[in-house]
Amino acid sequence: MLEKLLLNHYEAAAVILSGIGLTNLLLQRNLIKKIIGLNIMDTAVYLFLAAKGYVEGRAAPILIADGSGGWLRSSALYVNPVPAGLVLTGIVVSVSVTAFALALTLKLYESYGTLNIDEALMKMTQEQEELEARIDDAEEEVLSS
Amino acid sequence: MNEELRRIWKSFFDWVMGNGPRPENEVIPPEPPPDLPFTRKPKDKYSRFHEATLKERYNQWLEIHGLHLFSVLYAGLSVLTCIVIVSLLLATVAELPPFGHERNPANNEVIRRYVEHGGHETGAQNIVAGLILDYRAFDTFGESAVLFTAAVSVLMLLGASRRNRAESELQPHTYEIGRNFLQRGPPSLGHHVFRRDDTILHSVANLSIPVILMMGCVVVINGHLSPGGGFSGGAILSTALILAANAYGFERVHEFFNERTFIISSSTALMIYALSKGYSFFTGANHIHSIIPKGTIGNILSGGLILPLNLCVGLIVAGTLYGFYALFSEGDM
Amino acid sequence: MINMFAYNIPFASIFLMMIAAIITPLIPNRNRLPEKLSCLMIATVGILSAYLLYSLTNSGQSLNFNFSMGHFPAPWGNELRAGPLEAVLSLVFCTAMLLSLTGNLSSTAEDIAPKRRNIFCVLVNLLTASLLALTYTNDLFTAYVFIEINTIAACSIVAVKESPETVRAALRYLIMSLVGSGLVMIAICLLYDLTGHLLMQNMHNAIQVLVATKSYMMPLTVSLALITAGLAIKSALYPFASWLPDAHGSSTNASSAILSGLVLKGHIFTIIKIFYRVFGLDVIHLLRMDTVIFILGLTAMIMGSVHALRQKNVKRMIAWSSVAQVGYIFLGVGLNTTAGIAAACLHIIVHACVKPMLFTAAGGLSNAAGHKKGLHALMGTFYVNKWAGLGLIAGAFSMMGIPGFAGFASKLSLTLASFDHATVVWALSALAASSVLNALYYVPAVIVVLTHNKDAQKNFTAHAPTLSYKISMFVFLALNFYLGLFCVPLLRLITRGVNVL
Repeated sequence: MLEKLLLNHYEAAAVILSGIGLTNLLLQRNLIKKIIGLNIMDTAVYLFLAAKGYVEGRAAPILIADGSGGWLRSSALYVNPVPAGLVLTGIVVSVSVTAFALALTLKLYESYGTLNIDEALMKMTQEQEELEARIDDAEEEVLSS
Repeated sequence: MNEELRRIWKSFFDWVMGNGPRPENEVIPPEPPPDLPFTRKPKDKYSRFHEATLKERYNQWLEIHGLHLFSVLYAGLSVLTCIVIVSLLLATVAELPPFGHERNPANNEVIRRYVEHGGHETGAQNIVAGLILDYRAFDTFGESAVLFTAAVSVLMLLGASRRNRAESELQPHTYEIGRNFLQRGPPSLGHHVFRRDDTILHSVANLSIPVILMMGCVVVINGHLSPGGGFSGGAILSTALILAANAYGFERVHEFFNERTFIISSSTALMIYALSKGYSFFTGANHIHSIIPKGTIGNILSGGLILPLNLCVGLIVAGTLYGFYALFSEGDM
Repeated sequence: MINMFAYNIPFASIFLMMIAAIITPLIPNRNRLPEKLSCLMIATVGILSAYLLYSLTNSGQSLNFNFSMGHFPAPWGNELRAGPLEAVLSLVFCTAMLLSLTGNLSSTAEDIAPKRRNIFCVLVNLLTASLLALTYTNDLFTAYVFIEINTIAACSIVAVKESPETVRAALRYLIMSLVGSGLVMIAICLLYDLTGHLLMQNMHNAIQVLVATKSYMMPLTVSLALITAGLAIKSALYPFASWLPDAHGSSTNASSAILSGLVLKGHIFTIIKIFYRVFGLDVIHLLRMDTVIFILGLTAMIMGSVHALRQKNVKRMIAWSSVAQVGYIFLGVGLNTTAGIAAACLHIIVHACVKPMLFTAAGGLSNAAGHKKGLHALMGTFYVNKWAGLGLIAGAFSMMGIPGFAGFASKLSLTLASFDHATVVWALSALAASSVLNALYYVPAVIVVLTHNKDAQKNFTAHAPTLSYKISMFVFLALNFYLGLFCVPLLRLITRGVNVL
């Protein structure tokens, strides 16, 4: 098993990285660190894909001129182009999602003054209890009068 | 000896705990008796009863320690989950096809056609550009739509609302809870202070912005011939805009690129993208001959729709990335 | 062979919604123009889907067709695939989306600041487009891209109502969704590495070869588990459903209706397609994924209802009930037979029609009670807004499975589907227990709404329901009864659709 892992060492590194990213995404209380964890996970996926596209001894998938006006088209010359396309899509998706998550985090910070989502929940519950207590008081006053 | 070791350990322990070295003549106050969970002094709520029931005590204890207990449990579970996932994936990776081998399942007839016929079928020298903007163009259209969705959402969250927070148009009932936080006002986020007289920044910007812009245009326009394309070129273009905003102030950039122009340019670019690609999908699926010429491989004007699509994508990406920057740093664009 | 016009409908419906989304920021944001455009486009796409369904069922032998996106055939280019099931689902999605929008026009106008209203329409259009794309796509990577559009748009329509609570709910929803997308992405990469294809059909053939030669079984199992877990998080299967009540309970009514009724269903249908079209039912059974899904579905049915019992806020109660209903759907998927999946699809349709109605009704009732959402504040509101009251009662009866209402039909078909399965005892007892639990929280709600309350009624704001509200509620009620009474032809159609999925 270890030999095989060494053979697939790029993929193994990618998998460990994505584990670290997932840990951060789940474990961190701070939202910014959560988002960093998400980005680590995405980067790990790109590393995995890039490793999957590579074929020993082949060139990047951009056609090479053969010197007499034509192009070298043998598929034995170029690496797999599909993972490159997938990585590109993945990067754009990751940028969009990160920006959106950061915008939401900024709004959360503006509303609650914290970057911790559980603390925000606690503050909200406190507010709610205060509000309910105030409503109860008001109702009692109305009833007594 | 033992005493000495204990002293060293104690000072080390204090150092670790952040207390620093303690003065020799320090008077250590007697520690308060430890708060044991079930011997806690009852609150006022329970004071009228001499004996609170076990359940009440449990609830009280949970109220005090529940959050801590929960977070410890949560952390333990998360670490466990991640270890399980990583080891599972490592076991999987060990079984995967070997790295860089040419007989792997992924190197099949699909790849052969992309490489061997990609040139004359799409007209693009860059096989990846031909792949993402012609063979699998629907994915790439979706991807631009993801960027558009995010841009619209961020604009919604940070754009109008932050500018006009004072004159909020909301009905009072829409946020009963948390209104106090809003009234108290957010903690200061800190704002950029632009130093207009920063000569170094100005000269560097004057020198490098044209170069960056040119570089971005080259990457966009040569997307079908060389590595790059709309996404990477657009990102380069947006750095020029961001540098300009930092050197000359956001107001100067807003004179020619504001929210309105951003929305109009990205919507129009995406619309051109959608319509041209829609035409190509429609003709392809219905076996109608497409009027778009493929051109000669290697020329600038080749690759059919790839060049105009790259231009559209470049415009969208440049605008969106600059928009993100402006919205996050200024809350305005 | 179907005609040229119908052949282009799947492509046309996705592109129409996309173009509507792109053009909305450019049109003036007044006179409710964006809303009108969205409703018009969704209605058009709904009519087109109905026509597609009609011509598919009347076309002779071939019930489905592939539509290649571009000039390149299947394994090289992207592809759409349409059959009766896809047509029915897109028709239902469009109908429910349209009714959720028109039914909640007034509450949308109250909750969402005028400047954000056109962006709300953009997001709704994008959401519809992504749902249609998820329904029709035959390519796993396209599915991933549109899942991401779906995620961002869904979180945005939670946060579009400006309050700290919705921001927090949207963030929780987003974080959970991102974990899900990450898992889906890793799984797609693994599957691509093993099969060398991204297209579902070709992937299926490659997987059959792998299974027959017993090679790469471990990576295959792991990728199936990851993709199922990722999509299960997004479709709120019970242990992963903690984000749902916050997001669906705090957002504006139209968003709640759309999220509960449709967004979850898009992901569930993707799971069904992956099970049926990519792996094949026998491979799913071989890898034991059906048992896992079955058990999770059972747990969700019970636990969702147990959580719903404890809620005081009516919208949160309905949101937790969605978790239970998602459990029903997964129970059908976990049966791993054609009949089970057909029953699951019928339940998707039923729930997509009933849950938006419940949210719209709850919104109307709490509006009548002066924007209070507590269950007890709704006492006597039936007499203020009769249409909303009727909607709540019909929806509650449907969720309980009273004969004649929509929920009965799907529960009956789930029961029938579970008879030829080894775990019939478990399935039946869970169905019975869950129905009782549903009754335990829906009946009190109905009683509260129907109780006369003279004192409170004076304080109620006299909000007469608008015409659009009445019409939407009427269509919802009609759909509910139609599904409850005449579901047999629909179920037959769905079964045919599942067979050619």
